[in-house]
Amino acid sequence: MKLLIKNGRVIDPASQIDEILDILIDKNKIVDIKTKISAPSAKIIDVAELVVAPGFIDMHVHLREPGQEHKETIRTGSAAAARGGFTSIACMPNTFPVIDNSGTIKYVLSEAENIGTVNIFPIAAITKGQKGKELSEMAELIDSGAVAFSDDGNPVSNSQVMRSALEYVKQFDVVIINHCENTDLSENGVMNEGPYSCQLGLNGIPASSEEVMVARDIILAEKSGARIHLAHLSTKGSIELLKAAKAKKLKVTAEVTPHHLILDDSSLANYDTNLKVNPPLRDKKDVSSLINAVKSGLIDVIATDHAPHSPDEKAVEFDIAPFGINGLETAVSLLLDRLINNNTISLQRLIEMCSTNPAKILKLKNKGKICPGADADLTILDLNKKIQVDVNNFRSKSKNSPFHDWKLKGAPAITIVGGNIIYSNQSI
Amino acid sequence: MAFKQKHLLGIQPLSASEITTILDTAESLAEISSREVKKVPILRGKTIINLFYEPSTRTRSSFELAAKRLSADISNFSKQSSSVSKGETLKDTILNLEAMNTDAIIIRHAFAGSPYFISTFCSSHIINAGDGSHEHPTQALLDAFTIKQRKKKFSGLKIVIAGDILHSRVARSNVLLLKKLGAEVILVGPPPLLPPYFSKLGAKIDYNLDHAIKGADVIMMLRIQLERQDKTFFPSLREYRHLYSLTKERFQNAKKDAIIMHPGPINRDVEISTDLADSTESVILQQVENGVAVRMAVLYLLLGGKEHEIAD
Repeated sequence: MKLLIKNGRVIDPASQIDEILDILIDKNKIVDIKTKISAPSAKIIDVAELVVAPGFIDMHVHLREPGQEHKETIRTGSAAAARGGFTSIACMPNTFPVIDNSGTIKYVLSEAENIGTVNIFPIAAITKGQKGKELSEMAELIDSGAVAFSDDGNPVSNSQVMRSALEYVKQFDVVIINHCENTDLSENGVMNEGPYSCQLGLNGIPASSEEVMVARDIILAEKSGARIHLAHLSTKGSIELLKAAKAKKLKVTAEVTPHHLILDDSSLANYDTNLKVNPPLRDKKDVSSLINAVKSGLIDVIATDHAPHSPDEKAVEFDIAPFGINGLETAVSLLLDRLINNNTISLQRLIEMCSTNPAKILKLKNKGKICPGADADLTILDLNKKIQVDVNNFRSKSKNSPFHDWKLKGAPAITIVGGNIIYSNQSI
Repeated sequence: MAFKQKHLLGIQPLSASEITTILDTAESLAEISSREVKKVPILRGKTIINLFYEPSTRTRSSFELAAKRLSADISNFSKQSSSVSKGETLKDTILNLEAMNTDAIIIRHAFAGSPYFISTFCSSHIINAGDGSHEHPTQALLDAFTIKQRKKKFSGLKIVIAGDILHSRVARSNVLLLKKLGAEVILVGPPPLLPPYFSKLGAKIDYNLDHAIKGADVIMMLRIQLERQDKTFFPSLREYRHLYSLTKERFQNAKKDAIIMHPGPINRDVEISTDLADSTESVILQQVENGVAVRMAVLYLLLGGKEHEIAD
């Protein structure tokens, strides 16, 4: 079965393409890309006025299965990803049991295969049980399909353990992703420390709790020569540390989330638990520092940190509500509305952070690019579509979004994975 | 009567004139507590829940007596005696209590924002009796009532609040209230317990009690909340006492007619020397007495009593 995507504005940062082109897909591969392809036997989709990008890859997703299926399952998370315009997601290992063994990886992969929509790439735990003490069996986990290692949710607090992890994994050239938080400094904290936490009487999480850990990780990355990826950076100080590390050409990459680019701690005045997230929403100067880092090219990746929680779990006092924002189905519209519509960054730059770079960091061969031989994963965007976020339409099992009712311009239009249309809001 | 609030969630939402209305109402209600029959029928037939998730001596009994002196029916719940100990959520607890047709719920809770949270789904009047480190509005109101009794005004007063500011809902509510009424407020404490953000609430910050106390009209000492000190904030109680305890010697630098306040419970000879706590300059027990009148005023204004009934 051939598929011909006609008349779209094709943007592929990997090959520096930005023009109106046709793309011919045969089975699960892109076979041709040029102006005016004619393929009589192919199913034709006319995407005039739409933008065709290499499939978006969200490298920071919590799918909750196995163990917390009341929040999300691999099936509902996949559906949410497809609707959100993502063709691939990398899922974090903080499940029950933890993804620290090949059996659990195989379970996730076989479930993903049964569902057969988005590509799911498991991230395995750095340490057994994510307890921060003993390294998991990394070679076996890589053989089973792990694309990266992380104890996300928890930092690796013990510096010796982190050093060993980096030194050990370097031989396989697989990336370590750290959730940067010094838990001594953040202990009991539930929101950014500052005038707003003071006014609300909530315990603060100081910027220093992130920055102390970012500094340590950069030092360990330099000494080991291994690759490290800093998840969900949130502070101006972290950006300054990242800038210094990149100036030294260290193998350090970093991501930010849409919510940290768009919201700040002044929005917590009503104790809305949907705004409770870790790292916390920071202050306005942090937000503008993150946006500048996105503009300057310092930030490699935008990832959602999709963290679904059931409505009951969030309908409690702020102190005891779980951390996390449901991100897969709002990310693309938020980014188009807030970064593209006002010309903060170019579409090329956005696609680089959502597709090209995550594919490189996770070493996903044949993904994150549009060229003959590449996987037929495409994210097709409608820059002009006006939407209003409604959590009741989410395909995610959870509804914990602070963006409910937001009016945004720009949305995913068609999601194609392996040559199959897995989501479309167009009449095709 | 200029009182349009449905709830008393904190001092922050109140205007200066609403605060004045509460204080004036408290003044006219205060006399009831000195009658032989300490009861008027203003809130007869109203049902009030006194829900205390944290231990309390003064606030809980003060609200209870205030409600009873206005003839309301009040029911007490504590964390230990309720289904909370069986794992019921706050939301479910409140919805169940409200199903019994309550008119007001008074809540004391260890978590900041809990009164606001329940006000989002419940139709009773909500009164914050202290939520975590956030606010304790009736304490600030009774403090203001006591200051007004003694000083007759707020503008131009220099008021020092000293102690564990970081964890203090009393400090936050007092700063907000006293600034709205025009006083100058200086916060004093060890730097880790007095972050600079408090200046955004309108207070001045001083780390030196001897310096801050000079020319003060009111000195309000706060308890060191030993139950909240799970992190290290200062070296020892001994050193704390040395730097931040209110002693006779220190107090001499305040204005001649300065008064000493404390929301209680006091740790004698920690934040305040025992002789000062019991001195004529101390208004600690007047604060407690005034608490009943202020809480009567709050209940009366929120639950819509009729003004003429006060005289009954």
